[in-house]
Amino acid sequence: MGRPMQVARYWRHFKEKYRLIGGKCKSCGHVHFPKRPVCPECGSQEIEEFQFSGKGKVVSWTIVRNPPSGYEYYKPYPIALVELEEGPVVLAQLTDVDPEEIDFGMEVEMVTRKVREFEEDGIILYGYKFRPPIK
Amino acid sequence: MRKPVIIGVGLTPVGEHWRLALRDLAVEALLNAMEDAGVDKVDSLYVGNMASGSFVEQENLGALIADWAGLGNIPAVKVEAACASGGAAVQEGVKAVMSGLEDVVAVVGVEKMTDAWPSDATRYLAYAADAEWELFHGVSFVALNALAMRLYMKEYGYTEEDLALFAVNAHTNGAKNPYAMFKKPITVETVMKSPYVADPLKLFDASPIADGAAAVIITTEEKAKEFVDKAKMVEVAGMGRAIDTINLANRKEFLFLRAAKVAAERAYKMAGIEVKDIDFFEVHDAFTVMAALSLESIGAAERGKGAMLAKEGQIAIDGDYPIQTLGGLKARGHPVGATGVYQTVEAVWQLRGEAPNQVPDAEIGLTQNIGGTGSNITVTILRRV
Repeated sequence: MGRPMQVARYWRHFKEKYRLIGGKCKSCGHVHFPKRPVCPECGSQEIEEFQFSGKGKVVSWTIVRNPPSGYEYYKPYPIALVELEEGPVVLAQLTDVDPEEIDFGMEVEMVTRKVREFEEDGIILYGYKFRPPIK
Repeated sequence: MRKPVIIGVGLTPVGEHWRLALRDLAVEALLNAMEDAGVDKVDSLYVGNMASGSFVEQENLGALIADWAGLGNIPAVKVEAACASGGAAVQEGVKAVMSGLEDVVAVVGVEKMTDAWPSDATRYLAYAADAEWELFHGVSFVALNALAMRLYMKEYGYTEEDLALFAVNAHTNGAKNPYAMFKKPITVETVMKSPYVADPLKLFDASPIADGAAAVIITTEEKAKEFVDKAKMVEVAGMGRAIDTINLANRKEFLFLRAAKVAAERAYKMAGIEVKDIDFFEVHDAFTVMAALSLESIGAAERGKGAMLAKEGQIAIDGDYPIQTLGGLKARGHPVGATGVYQTVEAVWQLRGEAPNQVPDAEIGLTQNIGGTGSNITVTILRRV
């Protein structure tokens, strides 16, 4: 994979990936993540930014043991579908958790973590992961 | 509209073809199909392929394959719909014939996957998912299916052993298919003893990375008489295709393939049939759970009952809902962009009465080909002429 334009490719998603900002339809009020140009519920193109709380529950999960290239360093790692408090579901890695502890409906909260490093002199990607809440 | 019929089929065995390049596989299958149909030239070529640019650094497959097969200056393009590329290419070929624009059309599905490192192959397959919102997080295609598998077992009370029955059935049937990658029956224990790839999904719940090519020749019923006897003609009676959200997390339901339902309904309507009229099903069992979800989404089973068909033995050749009659993706192998064309070839064998694992008196067959995690699906109905 070529390198020169990698930075811009990830930079344009900082808002979503660092802060969990998605979209809300001004017409029907539907909230979604990531933000889309067209509301998937009513078709309106009037979409504004929406800040999610970052709280959610595990819908399903798996342990990735044979990852795609570029993620070998982290294996094995848990990935889950997380239903956010506001409704939408997002896919993300779980972190700071023992795989045995993961269960249906487990409460989690969003944290910012390193997702991937590219090779020497390459960029480092950060983004949202989810962990059991710190009490 | 003109009635489209398939008059020739050709294929290579599925496997790890270290000595053969993508073009070698495609040309072999294509020339076999032309020979089977008795045609020496075609009006156009449609190539089903998912990721040749990533796997072998080769795009522009229309020109490559038509050129190397000596087809002359015909129109030729690649059709891409992830793992449903083969099914989509067949449907594009059928559309060209039905429209009247082209009279004799060749379709070849090809994928050469073993030239890539396994972890790179895992990455390229994940390109069919949403790059920014799925692959970014390190998810593999297997992992996406594992998320569905875990939910399916919880929602309907099935075990890993229950789903393993789909793999057992596929290997039982694949053992009879000389073109299958795995020609050895397995047991539930084989599946259960295989290592987790993405829990609860095990190695034997998944189809293998493979190379292969399959081809069909399509023409009109009228024109077909110039080339073959009626016994060799198989009608493409109905077809449908639909998409769903590319990102699994954005799906309204995780355990229902909405795109398969829509595609199947379109295909049934066009063919003027109901699901009960179908004698066998070549569904997209890239993962065992997908076989169950496919049966439910196309209406062969109620929601949550897909795996019951396996438990009751109804998916076997002598059952009411025979599936994967030549091994399916699981045992025949899954060279992604070629798979939909392999399914078509196998359905043609059944309908001509030439299958090594023959469904008795088969008159109508269905092929269902899934791209992405249920995001791009084709359903095609084939009928004996």
